[in-house]
Amino acid sequence: MSHGNMTINLKVWRQKNSRTAGNLETYEVKGVSEDMSFLEMFDVLNEQLVSEGKEPIAFDHDCREGICGMCSMYINGRPHGPLQGVTTCQLHMRSFKDGDTIVVEPWRATAFPVIKDLVVDRSAFDRIIASGGFVSVNTGNAQDGNSIPVPKNEADKAFSAAACIGCGACVAACKNASAMLFVSAKVSQLALLPQGQAERQDRALNMVAQMDTEGFGSCTNTGACAAECPKEISLENIARLNREYLGASLTK
Amino acid sequence: MSDKLISKTPEGPLSEKWTKYRSTVPLVNPANKRNLEIIVVGTGLAGASAAATLAEMGYAVKAFCFQDSPRRAHSIAAQGGINAAKNYQNDGDSTYRLFYDTIKGGDYRARESNVHRLAENSANIIDQCVAQGVPFARDYGGMLKNRSFGGTQVKRTFYAAGQTGQQLLLGAYSALERQVGLGNVKMYSRHEMLEVVMIDGKARGIIARNLVTGETERHFGHAVLLCTGGYGNVFYLSTNAMGSNVTAIWKAHRQGAFFGNPCFTQIHPTCIPVSGDHQSKLTLMSESLRNDGRIWVPKKKDDPRAANDIPEDERDYYLERRYPAFGNLVPRDIASRAAKERCDAGYGVGATKQAVYLDFRSNLINKYGRAEASKLGIENPTIEQLVALGKEVVKEEYGNLFDMYKQITGEDPYEVPMRIYPAVHYTMGGLWVDYNLMTTIPGLYALGEANFSDHGANRLGASALMQGLSDGYFVIPYTIGAYLSGEIKTKSIPTDHPAFVEAEKSVKDRINKLLSIKGTQSPESFHKRLGKIMWEKCGMARNEKGLKEAISEIQALKKEFWSDVRILGDADGFNPELDKAGRVADFIELGELMCVDALSRNESCGGHFREEYQEDGGEAKRDDENFMFVSAWEFKGESQWELNKEPLVYENIKIAQRNYK
Amino acid sequence: MSWLTKTLTSSIGKKVLMSLTGLFLCTFLLVHLIGNLQLFKHDGGYAFNKYAVFMTTFPLIKVVSYVNYALILFHAFWGLYLEFQNRKARPVRYAVVKNSSTFSSRNMAILGTILLVYIVVHMGDFWYKFHNEPLPYVQYTENVITGEVVTQKMPETYTQEVKMVEMTNEAAGTHTIVVKDLYEQVGISFQNPLLVIFYILGMVAVGYHLYHGFQSAFQTLGWNHPKYTPLVKFLGTWIFAIAIPLGFAAMPIYFFLQH
Repeated sequence: MSHGNMTINLKVWRQKNSRTAGNLETYEVKGVSEDMSFLEMFDVLNEQLVSEGKEPIAFDHDCREGICGMCSMYINGRPHGPLQGVTTCQLHMRSFKDGDTIVVEPWRATAFPVIKDLVVDRSAFDRIIASGGFVSVNTGNAQDGNSIPVPKNEADKAFSAAACIGCGACVAACKNASAMLFVSAKVSQLALLPQGQAERQDRALNMVAQMDTEGFGSCTNTGACAAECPKEISLENIARLNREYLGASLTK
Repeated sequence: MSDKLISKTPEGPLSEKWTKYRSTVPLVNPANKRNLEIIVVGTGLAGASAAATLAEMGYAVKAFCFQDSPRRAHSIAAQGGINAAKNYQNDGDSTYRLFYDTIKGGDYRARESNVHRLAENSANIIDQCVAQGVPFARDYGGMLKNRSFGGTQVKRTFYAAGQTGQQLLLGAYSALERQVGLGNVKMYSRHEMLEVVMIDGKARGIIARNLVTGETERHFGHAVLLCTGGYGNVFYLSTNAMGSNVTAIWKAHRQGAFFGNPCFTQIHPTCIPVSGDHQSKLTLMSESLRNDGRIWVPKKKDDPRAANDIPEDERDYYLERRYPAFGNLVPRDIASRAAKERCDAGYGVGATKQAVYLDFRSNLINKYGRAEASKLGIENPTIEQLVALGKEVVKEEYGNLFDMYKQITGEDPYEVPMRIYPAVHYTMGGLWVDYNLMTTIPGLYALGEANFSDHGANRLGASALMQGLSDGYFVIPYTIGAYLSGEIKTKSIPTDHPAFVEAEKSVKDRINKLLSIKGTQSPESFHKRLGKIMWEKCGMARNEKGLKEAISEIQALKKEFWSDVRILGDADGFNPELDKAGRVADFIELGELMCVDALSRNESCGGHFREEYQEDGGEAKRDDENFMFVSAWEFKGESQWELNKEPLVYENIKIAQRNYK
Repeated sequence: MSWLTKTLTSSIGKKVLMSLTGLFLCTFLLVHLIGNLQLFKHDGGYAFNKYAVFMTTFPLIKVVSYVNYALILFHAFWGLYLEFQNRKARPVRYAVVKNSSTFSSRNMAILGTILLVYIVVHMGDFWYKFHNEPLPYVQYTENVITGEVVTQKMPETYTQEVKMVEMTNEAAGTHTIVVKDLYEQVGISFQNPLLVIFYILGMVAVGYHLYHGFQSAFQTLGWNHPKYTPLVKFLGTWIFAIAIPLGFAAMPIYFFLQH
């Protein structure tokens, strides 16, 4: 069993609820092992806080294997921390050094209000999907899975877009808090597959309209979203969404 | 058979039961459906697919999940794939074969009729998911690809890289969100179900707590569906998500729903080993890796050499040695026990010696490297060339898993073998349900991992996704009619009904009690201690002495919990500590029942391995004469349960010792 | 709302307006540079001054130039409006930010504002003076056969009603024009080192603005393709972000050094 000997200084955003203002609090965590995940380091800190009679830090997390998209920490100025293609829960302390000071903030966007500490409300994403991120096929209506061949290349591209975990790092990274990468991933997935064709135009129009209603900023193509995306969703998807949206606007 | 357990299995030949029943089950006319409200708790594969389908049919659905979005349910983490008897590979697969493999894989402890229905539905699931835009892997001709999984000799597993669960769940989630958008489903995220409301012996609603505001809410439903997943987190360390819990089905159990086979736990053979006391969860490396990875340990005890320095003839490929017919693809329980056996015997590897190697090098070079080389027309390729070519293929198949492994361990599995060890993964046990998926409480259903029904004592890989979606898309939409057709005259019951008031009060009282203890230990620390007891005494191997000790230790832990737990914060807002405390309290009670169940089952079968009952070679020794039944436990009061037995009748399968040799 | 306003006021539509106007302005810059290269001809400003007259009198060009001014204003103010809106999408700023995007892409609004100031000064320097101030006139007499040009400054008191007076002497085989001497004005202006520095800085801003702006416009229009995007990036970087600003910056430097 490894034994930790790193000491980490943390500056963590504390905010009681959405109605109160918050501030950065400083904590010291001792005995951190490099095999710990970043969230396990927070577990240690929280145990420490409980033993001191202080309220532990609230943060979102669930699967801890990088797929549910629940974890959402803005670590040292980058969503999900310093590594590329990695969620906060998969980030391990071997990426830090003894004595490091780490600043941890919640995702910040008008569309993602803070609920408590590092926890934000991302239900805007659900509403965007509800506005068109689906194929309208009722259960029982399906034909045989092999009846429409899907070229491997298209299937692979659709899969790469579908790999989005909806964590919101794209919004957090974007200077405009734009949700274009998220929306474009879903629109692309379904635009690339034959199954998505029937609602292709409506989907692009409705999802963009919902995205705008939620208060996300617009895309200025800085590329920060794709650079920080833990699933490395490509900017090509945003171009495709632009194309889909404009095409639908002009012809529908 | 206990008269409390009526399985309602339809009459007739096995292969016709479902088709016939489906066409004769009473219907609810469209006008009435709108007035019937259904509560769905949990939004994983089973919950999301059920909620979406029921809403499509016209029922008024309310769906609940404790996560911030229904898309986060832990089904999303399933990696390897989903089985279906499509026989696209022309390798002799059929509905019967899938049925047979599943019954055999479950060590003959599952209900025939349910499993056959599952196999029948499997093909429809693939079609439905493809139609939703799930991007399954395709070959160059555009056709669906398959791979092999444990416990089978055909290729019937459909997949989307190492993220199949994610893609299937997002498909079901999108169907659900479509219904939310249409106003047919009302979605309650960050809500936790804390009680089933019973009126006149029927389930009529739930009490849920809004985890953001802390308020308790009353919700009426003509029927309540629990799709809340498994309870592997009773072991503290498992591959489950941090939030996965037993609370919903435990509340139902305490209200009268029988708990089926609680001790049947699946220990998955290929997980990343524990690295330290700080560990909060274990990460699975998909079973699909056993397609291409070979499992071995050194032939020499405590061999200090690095894996790559150990020559071929000094490696013990123990699965291939012991089970030549299935080799590395034996079912999970067998692979797990074999790994434990080697480690216990002193052949384990890595710093903790609690690990075995899962090695890709040979397939990387010989299977993929050579195939690519011949495709590209490279004659006499060098080893380096083969490694590079093989890497590309492996990357496409399992890239995300390899990256994940590297991230967690700091080692590159393309270069050195993975170190793996078994870990708690899935619970075959769950609420007892009849053929309609209804629990022993009328109007209360359990779907997916939350019920006990399809996997017997061991689940085969790529079958959990199949079961969740079968239950949600293709079973409950039909079978619920059997109950709701009799409820069309029941008007919505106002939630100021005394039963709601009382249920809410009991929920609030419990929360206040938890907060008022003001002890010294965190909920987390109790959870860790419970997990340690469970893993050591009710884990991969169990014995009478250990189980008896475990029961008394858990009872003591329960007492200590209720007198010394410390929960900071209050009940009027977002408070994860409070949520956690409630879940741990339920896990403690469940842990006791699991030990009671394990103690009562004096045989070894599937994931349940009693050390007293084994063959000479260490294989599990089933006792079909005395234990061919489902244990359905009835809650009778604190630490008191009554055992009811549902005998298992095999009319279509010849019972045999499982043989993978 | 009509479909058009709905489209153009959506977050994507707003960007499309930026993209289309931006690409128009890129084309303008290219044309402007090609025209201005005539400053480097050693002809006493003959070609350049003629070109100045042509640009301000030819009806089609005139229309285009007014469209151009309008689009510059639109591009500037629409861009600022967008920036303002985008800032509203993140009311609480981060305490620490480590950027993974380029400097240009993050600072388009600031660069654009610098450019707006630059354009105002630049227009005041030349466009306004050319149109409204009594600049001295110059007379060029070209020998049609040899192409030799004789330059003669007109007296300071000389004025004319039209932009250009043309005379052809068939017997002598010459063609004479009298025009405002904008060329001279350019030379005088760029004797001021501060103005030269200002112009160079302006061109640096153009470079950074176009480094992101050109390729971003294509992305916004949905033109991103693994085969062609590298070409767009190449043109955006080497032509629009480097060659064009360098070409423009060479002019003040050239005149300053000549002085």
